[in-house]
Amino acid sequence: MFDAILQAIVQGVLLGGYYAIVAAGLSLMVGVVRFINLAHGDIAVLGALSTISMVQILGLPVLWAVVLVLPIMGVLGWVMHAALFERSMKGGFLLPILVTIGLGAALQNGMFGVWGSNTRSLGADIGNLAWASWFLPGGIIVGKLPVLIFVVAVAAIGGLHLMLKFTRLGRAIRATASDSEAAELCGVDARKAHRAATSIAVMLAALAGVFLAMRSQVTPYSGPAQLIFAFEAVVIGGIGSLWGTLIGGIILGLSQTLGGLVSAQASLLTGHFVFLAVLIWRLAREWSDSHGGWVASFRTALGKSLRGKPAFKDDAPVSRMQKAGEQP
Amino acid sequence: MSLFSVRNLVCHHGLLAAVRDVSFDLAQGEVTCVIGANGAGKTTLMRALAGAHTPSSGSIWLNGAEVTHLPSSTRFRSGIAMSPEGRRLFPDMTVRENLMVAAENGRSGEWTIDSVVGAFPHMEPLLDKFAGGLSGGQRQSAAIARALLANPDVLILDEVSLGLSPAAVGQVYASLEKIRNQRSMSMVIVEQDLARSLSFADQIVCMAEGQVELSGAPSDFTRDQITAAYFGIHEGEAAHV
Repeated sequence: MFDAILQAIVQGVLLGGYYAIVAAGLSLMVGVVRFINLAHGDIAVLGALSTISMVQILGLPVLWAVVLVLPIMGVLGWVMHAALFERSMKGGFLLPILVTIGLGAALQNGMFGVWGSNTRSLGADIGNLAWASWFLPGGIIVGKLPVLIFVVAVAAIGGLHLMLKFTRLGRAIRATASDSEAAELCGVDARKAHRAATSIAVMLAALAGVFLAMRSQVTPYSGPAQLIFAFEAVVIGGIGSLWGTLIGGIILGLSQTLGGLVSAQASLLTGHFVFLAVLIWRLAREWSDSHGGWVASFRTALGKSLRGKPAFKDDAPVSRMQKAGEQP
Repeated sequence: MSLFSVRNLVCHHGLLAAVRDVSFDLAQGEVTCVIGANGAGKTTLMRALAGAHTPSSGSIWLNGAEVTHLPSSTRFRSGIAMSPEGRRLFPDMTVRENLMVAAENGRSGEWTIDSVVGAFPHMEPLLDKFAGGLSGGQRQSAAIARALLANPDVLILDEVSLGLSPAAVGQVYASLEKIRNQRSMSMVIVEQDLARSLSFADQIVCMAEGQVELSGAPSDFTRDQITAAYFGIHEGEAAHV
């Protein structure tokens, strides 16, 4: 049993690497551009299917296909932001959500039109990487592909962190995220900064899609599930925090693999429950902070719900007459 | 020809005309203080000058070229820099990073991060601190330093002394005096402190209800004239006050 738990922990941490990559782009969009892209998962699948076509139809090696697909997806992200997201952001809170739902549906149906509904994979194109493993003492088996994905996730998030911290573009993106108008007053073209951030986010989504196609299978309709995992990792790790996204991905991966020990059906469900628990805890903490801390908010809520009046005498509101020492 | 000209500028917030037919000129090395009660339209005017508010009509000229329709980022690179009301530093970035953002996007010139730290020496130990943790006076100095890194022809400072202790105000104005004397910098300053405005400015523009009530050298007017213009009291109304 102990071996099984240890194996599940190792698998969960490595699975977290994949979730971190798919979530990093979403985190960048939410944290920097303040834009929720509900087509993020579909963009990941578009990256995957494009790479599969380059490998299986054009005969390119996988690495070359990835090197070609990522910049193309980056340009697509730039164009998408300029043509769609930027305009929808001027229309209030609801319009960006509707636009990205529409974009997701259009991408799914477009991909169905081009690639059909068959499942596709890169598993057969990466040699023994798809199944090769290291056998560690204690019967622990570590797949080489999950390790590669985890290393790429850490490198991608680390590289993004360094870019945001130490480059001119990174500082412009952070300044725009902090205060778009003030950034403009410092000479930053906020629109370009947003487009660049979207471009990076789309490239990260495409990279995640490629890894999904390597470790599993994709169809034009695989995107929404990836979006849910990405959202869960972002919320668990803290919205807008890149390293938090990695931690969120690992927690989500661990929840799924440990839940899978109970039953195969419980695997995904456990991840969703952990996400819900974190979400409720965050909302409760926010509510508590705005009501003077846990104890005060608990006492007030208890009094109101159980007796229809404050639970304790000193919680009762004091009228001006009582303060003045007068009897009502 | 003046360095900077504003001609018949009109700005609206929805249906409300916040700035109405405002005109003034600024020469090289001159300091103009815009004064007026709350709601007079000073901040809207400053935002329009910096490109953060689109005017309804009128024009803004810098070095003989019209800049009215340039966005604020382009205006920053053209030589108009602003320290906005509330300072608007990037709180999650260090002071050095705040300065670097402006330095990387501004014009090259004599103002560098080293030279602005020389002009505001109390900022040196703060360079690697997050801007969100600074005091009001420190934030104001950092915001002015950030604007200077555009190497601007015209420096716009909105509400310089708002929310600052008298000591911090003195420190900021001492630095501004030094910059003005050494670099012959042209400035447009919004200042609530009337006495300080009158002593610091070459020219004052007094606004009430969006209009210029009075403009010219401070020495051209009596204190009563300026006070009346400040509160928008016209000659006929003064008897009833």
